[in-house]
Amino acid sequence: MTEPLIFEVSRPGRAAHAQNPGCAIDVSGIPPALRRTDRPRLPEVSEMQAVRHFTRLSQKNFSIDTHFYPLGSCTMKYNPRACNRLAMLPEFLARHPLAPESHSQGFLACMYELQEILKDVTGMAGVSLTPMAGAQGEFAGVAMIRAYHRARNDLERTEILVPDAAHGTNPATAAMLGCSVREIPTDADGDVDVEALKAAVGPKTAGIMLTNPSTLGVFERRIQEIAGIVHQAGGLLYYDGANLNAILGKVRPGDMGFDVIHMNLHKTFSTPHGGGGPGAGAVGVSERLRPFMPIPVVGVADDGGNRESGIGNREDRPALASDDSPFPIADSRRCYRWLDERDLPQTIGRLSAWMGNAGVLLRAYVYARMLGREGMQRVGEFATLNANYLAARLKDKGFELAFPRRRASHEFIITLKKQKQAIGLTATDVAKRLLDYGFHAPTIYFPLLVPECLLIEPTETEDKETLDAFVDALVAIWDEARADIAKVKGAPYTMPVRRLDDVRAARQLDLRWQPA
Amino acid sequence: MPFIPHTDTDVKEMLAAIGAPGIDALFDEIPASLRCGPLKNVPEGLPEMQITQLMHQRAELDGLPLCFLGAGAYEHHIPAAVWEITTRGEFYSAYTPYQAEASQGTLQLLYEYQTMICGLTGMEVSNASMYDGASALGEALLMALRANRRNTSGTVLIPETVHPYYVDVVRATTHAQGVHPVPVDYAAASGTTLSEALAAHEGRDITAVVIQQPNFFGQLEDVDRLTDWAHAQGALVVAVVNPVSLALLKPPGQWGSTGADIVCGDGQPLGAPLSSGGPYFGFLTTKMAYVREMPGRIVGRTVDLDGKPGYTLTLQAREQHIRRAKAKSNICTNQGLLVTAATIHMSLLGPEGLARVASACMANTRELLGLLSSIPGVEVVFDAPRFHEAVLRLPKPVAPVLEALAARDIFGGFDLSGRYPELGHALLVCATETKTRDDLQRYRAALAEVLLADASST
Amino acid sequence: MSKVPAELKYVKSHEWLRREADGTVTIGITDHAQEALGDLVFVEVPALGRKVATNEACAVVESVKAASDVYAPIAGEVVAANEALGTSPEILNSDPYGAGWMWKMKPANAADVDGLLDAAAYEAYLKTL
Repeated sequence: MTEPLIFEVSRPGRAAHAQNPGCAIDVSGIPPALRRTDRPRLPEVSEMQAVRHFTRLSQKNFSIDTHFYPLGSCTMKYNPRACNRLAMLPEFLARHPLAPESHSQGFLACMYELQEILKDVTGMAGVSLTPMAGAQGEFAGVAMIRAYHRARNDLERTEILVPDAAHGTNPATAAMLGCSVREIPTDADGDVDVEALKAAVGPKTAGIMLTNPSTLGVFERRIQEIAGIVHQAGGLLYYDGANLNAILGKVRPGDMGFDVIHMNLHKTFSTPHGGGGPGAGAVGVSERLRPFMPIPVVGVADDGGNRESGIGNREDRPALASDDSPFPIADSRRCYRWLDERDLPQTIGRLSAWMGNAGVLLRAYVYARMLGREGMQRVGEFATLNANYLAARLKDKGFELAFPRRRASHEFIITLKKQKQAIGLTATDVAKRLLDYGFHAPTIYFPLLVPECLLIEPTETEDKETLDAFVDALVAIWDEARADIAKVKGAPYTMPVRRLDDVRAARQLDLRWQPA
Repeated sequence: MPFIPHTDTDVKEMLAAIGAPGIDALFDEIPASLRCGPLKNVPEGLPEMQITQLMHQRAELDGLPLCFLGAGAYEHHIPAAVWEITTRGEFYSAYTPYQAEASQGTLQLLYEYQTMICGLTGMEVSNASMYDGASALGEALLMALRANRRNTSGTVLIPETVHPYYVDVVRATTHAQGVHPVPVDYAAASGTTLSEALAAHEGRDITAVVIQQPNFFGQLEDVDRLTDWAHAQGALVVAVVNPVSLALLKPPGQWGSTGADIVCGDGQPLGAPLSSGGPYFGFLTTKMAYVREMPGRIVGRTVDLDGKPGYTLTLQAREQHIRRAKAKSNICTNQGLLVTAATIHMSLLGPEGLARVASACMANTRELLGLLSSIPGVEVVFDAPRFHEAVLRLPKPVAPVLEALAARDIFGGFDLSGRYPELGHALLVCATETKTRDDLQRYRAALAEVLLADASST
Repeated sequence: MSKVPAELKYVKSHEWLRREADGTVTIGITDHAQEALGDLVFVEVPALGRKVATNEACAVVESVKAASDVYAPIAGEVVAANEALGTSPEILNSDPYGAGWMWKMKPANAADVDGLLDAAAYEAYLKTL
C-alpha cells in the first residue's frame, strides 16, 4: 500500500482545531517589510488524519521492537521502555537548560552519577557528557589531543593515524580538526600491522584512533605494545567506543592505555537510535587530558565552592533523594553544580548550546542503574556468547568467516566472496532477501577490507531461538540462490517497495514535494 | 539478569556449539593482565520499580517552576499525539534508514520534513537534521567556506546580537578549518546590528555574514538591508532563525533581493520539550546550487523496480562513510527522532496553528513587558520591534533578584550582565503562548515584592 | 574485458591522456575505472585556468556508493573542461574515451607525456589487479 504524502491529503481550510491556542493572529507589532506574505507550505489536516498518516508510516519500518536487527557496529539491543518513561517525567521534560542549580539537584545528581559510572566502566579519570553523538565525541577527543600538544608547545603534531579498517568518522573527524590522516594497514588476522605502525610514528604524530575490538570484530591483541609505541613517540591514543559493548565489564580502555575515549551511549547504554538519532557521545579522558574536557561538566559543590548563588546555603533545600543500596558515589548531602570555563580554563569549549542530549543521558543513566555492577559485566559476556554462537553455527553451515582463526567479539564477519564467484550472489542480494524472511540485514560492505562482507552483531538481548531462525534464513537464501539466482536478485518482494533506483535518486534530485 | 533471555540450558547448548568450556573462554584473546576486576563505582542493579521510585524523587526535587526563561530554548505546548506516535517502537527503536526498503516510514517522513522546513525557511533544499542550532551554525559556516569560491578568507562577521553560546560553539568547532569570527557591534537604542559597525568592514574579503532573526535580544533585525549589504561584499548570508517565528516573519529565502544563502536554527520550538537542553535538533536549508556542500543526510524520492515511488538516502558520496577524510562533515548519527516529532508537530499545527502560536507568544510577551515595566525602576531596554523576547533593566543586580524569584518557584529570565556588562542590570525575558494572564500577574507581583524587599533591606 | 585504445597514454590510477594536434592534452578516466565505479551520478571538473601539478587531485567522480578523485597525469594548466558531464554524468559511463572526456590541459612540459604507460603496459597492469 502506498501511503500518500501528507501534502496530498491536505486541504485548504482544514486544521487540527484542538491545537489552536485560542487567539487571533495579530501582526501589528511587526513592520510590514519584515512580515511573511505567503503561507508556509505546511499540511492542513485534521488531527486524526495526521495520527493515521504517521502511524501508518511507522508501520513501514523495521525496528528492534518488531524485528531482529543484527546490524554490525550498531549494537541494536533492546531499548528498555522504563528508560524512556522515566526520562520523560514531567519535571525532567519541563526543565529549562538555564534552570538555576537550586532547582536542578535531582537532574544534576543523575548526571553526576552517570559520569562516575562511566568513569568506572572505562577506567578513565574524567568524563564529559556533552557530545551529542559518537562523531561529536570523536571531535572532542581529537580536539583535546590537539589542545594537549599545543599546551606543551608541541606544534608539529598534526598527523592522526587510523587503521585502514576504521570507521569513516575517524578520518573525517581528524580532517575537521585540520589534521592529516595516515592509514595503517591491517594484517591477515585482523590486527594492526605493528611494524607498519612503528615506521609511521614520529615527531608529527598527534595520536592514533583505534576501535577495540576492531571494526573487523576481533580484539586487538597487541594493544599494550601499540600503546607503548605511540606513547613512546609522543602521541596519544584515542579509543573509538563504537564496540564497547563487546568488553563492557571485562576490560577497560583506560587499562589498555588509552588517553581518551568516546562512548556511543545509543549503542552500549541502550538509548534508542530513533531512526538515525539522537545519540550521545560522552567522552572519557585520562588525567593529562582532564583540563581540556568540553564544557559543561557536572561537579560537586564543596563547602568553599559555593560559586553559584542558591546552592548549599539554603536551609530549606530538601535532602537529595538517596537509594538504599550501598553506592559510594551517591551522597544525599551533596550539592552539584555545573563546571564551565571558569573551572576548566583550558577547555576545548562548548560543543552544543547547552549540555548536549540531556534526555538521552537520563535514559542511559536509568539503564546503567537497572543493570548495576553485575548486569553491566554480563552485557559483554552474553553479547560475545551470542556472536560466537552465531559464527559457529554459520561456519558449520558452510559460510566463510573472514577471520576463522580468531574469536569473535560481539560481532563477526562472513564473506560471500566464494558465493559471488560461483553463482553471483552478493552481500546486497542476501541483505535484501533477509528482509523478506523478517530479519533486518546485517551491515554490508563495511569494513571495506573484506569483499562481499556481512558484519553481524546479534547483541546480548536476543534469544537462542531467534539466532537459530536467522541461521535457517541464511541457509535458505543460499539454497534459493543456487536454484534460482534471479529470484534472490529480485528481492525484496514483501516490503512496501522493491529495490529502489538509487542512481535515479542521485541523478534526478527530488528532495522536497512541490505541487504539480 | 536484566534484559538477557538466556536459560542455563541455552548457555550450555551454545557453548557446546562453539566448543568452548565456558563463557570466560570466549575472552581468552584478551591479555590476562588487562582483565578488570569488579566495578567499584557501579551500584547494585535496581528492579524497575525501585528505579522508578528513585527517578520520581529526583524529578520532584526539581519541581515544575513557572518559567520565563527563553534565550534559545522555549516552552511551547506540544500536542499529545506528537510523542505518543514518536515513541512508537517502529520509530523509536529503528536505526538510520540505510536499508531503504525496510525503512520507508522514516524515509517518507524525512522527505515530508524536508518539504516543510524548506517551506518555512523559503529555501530549496534541506538535510535530515544536525545536532542542534548551535552546531548547525558551525556547520553552516564551514559550508559557506566551501561554497564561497570568491571570498575565501574565512572571515565571518557575527553580530554581537547572535546567541553568545552559538558563537562559543562556532569557535570550538570551526577554528581548525579556518573560520575566523569577527564580532559586529549593536545599536544601543534598538538592540540590532549597527550599520556603521558593518560599514567598517566594507571592501574586505568576507566569506559570510551571520544574521539572527529575531536576534538574541528578541529584537527584529533589518534583514533586507543586512542581506543586500553582505551580498554586495561577495559574502554569503547565513541566517539563524526561530522556526515558530517564521509563521509570521519574512522567510530567509526572501530576505533582500536574492535571499539568504544558508539557513539554520534550532528546531526545539517544533515539538521538542525543554528537557535540560536536549535532545533538540538543528535544521539546515540552502539553495539547490549549494546542495553538494551540505553536510548530513538527505532523503530523495525515486522509484523502485516496478516504477512505484519510494524514498532513499541520496548524495551519500558527501558523507563520512564514503568520502572519509574528504567528507563535508564527520556527522553520522543526527537527531532523527526529534525530526519525527517536529514533522508530526508541524502537521498538527499547520500554517494557521503555527501563526496563532507565534502571535500568542508575541502578545504574551508584550503584556508581560507592560506589567513588569510598570514596577518602579524596571524599564524595557530596546525600542525596536521584537518577537517573543525582550531585555529589561532592573534597578538592582540581576543575580540576587533571580535567586529570590527562584525561591518563589519562578524562573525570571536570563541574566545578561555577564555577557553584556554594558547593558547594566539587564535581564532577558520570554513569555510563550503557555503563559496565562495569572502567570504574568504572578511574575509581576513576585518581582515587585523582591525589588521592594531588596530596596528596604539595603 | 574493458577497452584500452592503443593510441592513448595511461596512468595506474586509471586516467587516460591523449595528445592533441594543438599541443594540448585531453584527459579522462578509463573504461576500467568507469566500470569499477558503476553508474556515475556526479562529476566535478576542474576550473579553467587552474594550474595543476602531476598527480594532483583535480576532479571528482561519484557513483551512488563511492567517490573517487581524478588525478592529473602530468602538470599543466587547465584550458577546457567538459561541462556537459555536470548535467549528464552518464556520458562518462557510456563513452569514457569520447564524449566522456573530462578536461584539456596545456602541459607544463610536453615531454612528461612520454613517461606515461602505453596501452600494452596499462593492459598488462590491469591483468595484475
